[in-house]
Amino acid sequence: MTAADAGTGPATELIGAAGPPSVHLEGVTYAYPDGHLALDGIDLTIARGERVALLGPNGAGKTTLVLHLNGILVPRRGRVAIDGLAVARDTVREVRRRVGIVFQDPDDQLFMPTVAEDVAFGPANFGVAAGELAARVDEALATVDMLEHRDRSPLHLSGGQRRRVALATVLSCRPEVLVLDEPSSNLDPVARRELAEVLLGLGTTMLMVTHDLPYALQLCPRSVVIDEGRIVADGPTRELLADADLLRRHRLELPFGFAPP
Amino acid sequence: MGAGHSHPLHLPGTSPVHRLPAEVKIVAAFLGVVCVVVTPREAFPVFAGYLLVLAGVWAIAGIPPGWMARRALIEAPFVVLAVLLPLTGPDPRVEWLGLSLSEPGLLGAWNILVKGTLGVLTSLTLAATTPLRDLLLGLQRLRAPAIVVTITTLMLRYADVIAAEARRMRLARISRGHDPRFLWQAGATARGIGSLFVRSYERGERVHLAMLSRGWAGRMPQLSTDRTTPRHWLTAMAPVAVAAALAVTGWLTT
Repeated sequence: MTAADAGTGPATELIGAAGPPSVHLEGVTYAYPDGHLALDGIDLTIARGERVALLGPNGAGKTTLVLHLNGILVPRRGRVAIDGLAVARDTVREVRRRVGIVFQDPDDQLFMPTVAEDVAFGPANFGVAAGELAARVDEALATVDMLEHRDRSPLHLSGGQRRRVALATVLSCRPEVLVLDEPSSNLDPVARRELAEVLLGLGTTMLMVTHDLPYALQLCPRSVVIDEGRIVADGPTRELLADADLLRRHRLELPFGFAPP
Repeated sequence: MGAGHSHPLHLPGTSPVHRLPAEVKIVAAFLGVVCVVVTPREAFPVFAGYLLVLAGVWAIAGIPPGWMARRALIEAPFVVLAVLLPLTGPDPRVEWLGLSLSEPGLLGAWNILVKGTLGVLTSLTLAATTPLRDLLLGLQRLRAPAIVVTITTLMLRYADVIAAEARRMRLARISRGHDPRFLWQAGATARGIGSLFVRSYERGERVHLAMLSRGWAGRMPQLSTDRTTPRHWLTAMAPVAVAAALAVTGWLTT
């Protein structure tokens, strides 16, 4: 682990956080095997404790960007550092502990026979021992208010409950950075609000990929708009959502009847 | 339907048999079946003895024999084959109700029938008293290859997810007037199965990504902290010892 290779980007200095930023991307470029350029020189710095929404149309490169954060994809050019640790072959394990990704479909994430085992899967992989493991599981399940369902099969839970369990499976690894892919999709309004309450209470650095602009406004003070593999806007969510022209250019749209307050 | 804790072959309970660690029961069931298989087919009373041992285990585990008998019907398709043997087997033949039956064929059929039935009943006893996920844990503790345990764990979870997906696809098809009763409409069902395969494959890739993100390195972590003691082994080996004694008796008396 070297703190030296963590650059301090302009955004960090702006916010004035101490230590290296939670997420630092520098000139990240990635092309799929067919030559399609998915990411084209992404520079992004997220300070510790910041909550950032990643917005953009389908196929803009949002998911590709997310998979770079924990070393599942490796950039063709540029570099990625998490909390000062450069993502490389020999650091990928520690990076995956530090970056918790909650995937869009909880059925992809929850694969163990019971909720508690699924929540234990991550920390067990990262070497947390038996006694501590049970405490971690209970703590994570309590955070998302799912403790009483610990021994049930994920199959028998509602969509909102599954989403919260999927979040718990990542929280139990105690990540420094929480990445959420479309957290509000397929949730009823109550489940959507309950999830927001859980997320607002966490205090970890958060990057939220979403098409749900009101959700971005509610949860993330800052937003980044990405289109065709480039960052096209980065600023306070309220200001970006008020820029009708910007939204239209990048196929973003507020829901009918919604006006940013 | 149902995953993990609500399987049709499982009868939840808290009996001493239920409480035994899964790996102990797997080994006991395996050895029990080995005893049955090596018993000479002419040792008729010995097979009754095996059934008594099983009945004893059911009594302790609180499994009604009727519950067991209904599930043993899985065996029926294999019995059909056994029924053919006496009709098609070689000489010498015996006359029975006007039928000419082959004597070696009859013995062969009896051999398949009795050993198959006892094997099925033993497996059912194991399944009835052990939740599926405990069976996996047992296999893992018995040092089954990690890849087998991983695949089975994933199957256990995703069989239901894929079944639900297939159900949704079927509903969508019949909602659009598809009626697979007609032979010429079977093509749509076949294509449905094809796309289900592709979808499952894609899901497999997504699941793999999600597992990698949580630090998966090719091995399922051992999550249970319960210890298996020599006492557990002794308890489970008691019926196996009786079965072994029966097998030896079978060899000595025929």
